[in-house]
Amino acid sequence: MNLNATLVAQLVVFFILAWVTMKFVWPPIVKALDERAKKIADGLAAADKAKSDLAHAEKKVVEEMRKARESATDVRAAAEKQAAVFLDESRAEAARIIAQAREAAEAEAGVAAQRAKEALRDQVAQLAVAGAEKILRKEINAQAHADLLANLKQELQ
Amino acid sequence: MSTGEAHAPTAGEYIVHHLTHLNSTGHAQSAIIDWSVWNLDTLFFSIGLGIVTLLILIKCASKATSGVPGRFQAAIEILVEMVADQAKGIVHSAESRKFVAPVALTVFFWIFLMNSMDFLPVDLLPKIWALISGDEHAYLRVVPTADLNGTLGMSIGVLLICLYYNVKIKGFGGWVHELFTAPFGSHPLLYPINFLMQMIEFLAKTVSHGMRLFGNMYAGELVFMLIALMGGTATVFGFLGHVVAGSIWAVFHILIVALQAFIFMMLTLVYIGQAHESH
Repeated sequence: MNLNATLVAQLVVFFILAWVTMKFVWPPIVKALDERAKKIADGLAAADKAKSDLAHAEKKVVEEMRKARESATDVRAAAEKQAAVFLDESRAEAARIIAQAREAAEAEAGVAAQRAKEALRDQVAQLAVAGAEKILRKEINAQAHADLLANLKQELQ
Repeated sequence: MSTGEAHAPTAGEYIVHHLTHLNSTGHAQSAIIDWSVWNLDTLFFSIGLGIVTLLILIKCASKATSGVPGRFQAAIEILVEMVADQAKGIVHSAESRKFVAPVALTVFFWIFLMNSMDFLPVDLLPKIWALISGDEHAYLRVVPTADLNGTLGMSIGVLLICLYYNVKIKGFGGWVHELFTAPFGSHPLLYPINFLMQMIEFLAKTVSHGMRLFGNMYAGELVFMLIALMGGTATVFGFLGHVVAGSIWAVFHILIVALQAFIFMMLTLVYIGQAHESH
């Protein structure tokens, strides 16, 4: 319990230990602790960001889905409308073509009938002339009665 | 100290022998204060444990990684964070903490190890030393903190740090002004009283700081010796008493060892923190 020079030695040792700790021990350990704390903080921040990104993306997906559905409805409505218009137009066109064809057929039939009538008339005239020739061969001169025959032919037309 | 060769030491002689330092004179110091004497045992164990402290801490510091820490690094980190948190709460200057926090860590670790020397059987190292030195009655005390020189040396170190920060923070003039005007106020009549109070405060802080640790460890060591004396009677009662009381006291002493190291560290921080504040 007596005091002696040990006290001074202990005092010196105390400062040497404190100095070495300050110089070589404290800074690296505290640096490691701070760096780890920063890493953890960064990790947590990144996790938070990822979470908010995910929520954002989900919201966007829902929005896109809604838009796609809407546009699909629009497209279908437009297509149906267009189909209806096309159908109407086609129907009108078909009616027009049928009418035209009928007209053309009727015109052609008229012409054909006319031609047949004329051919028939010629034949009838020839037959009449031939008949008359046979009957009148002996008594009638063809040249003398040409006017008569022409008149007859005219009448038959 | 000259016990008769024929008979075993009495209880009193045993205790006195164990409480005598191995010093540079070879016999017990008679004067209360004698600056020519060195306690070789205290020096050996405190410097040795100081080196152990530094080796442990430097080993951890050199391998410190900011990645996943191993158990050893995590254990040291717990201490470092504990000290850093305490320092942050008590010393409000970040610049001062660069020195003060390492001081606190060193103090805690070093004192913890020095106090832990108490856990070794009281006769183990003295007997080994007696065999080595060849002197059957060689003195040896193994707990440096149970030597007033050891604890007062550290508390005076803390006092010097306090004085340094008083001058650094307040300026020499500011500190002298505070010495004469605090705590009672600035009036010429109060100057001597203030100064006296301040001196008493510094003295009381330093002495109580060193004495508290010394007293606890000295008493703890003494109790271990008394328990060892029970076993020394070599009777059934003495043996049982030694085992039971020794176990209980050793377990309780774990608390004291850690607590006293913590208290010394905290008071170091508190005193240095006070040096930063103006009255």
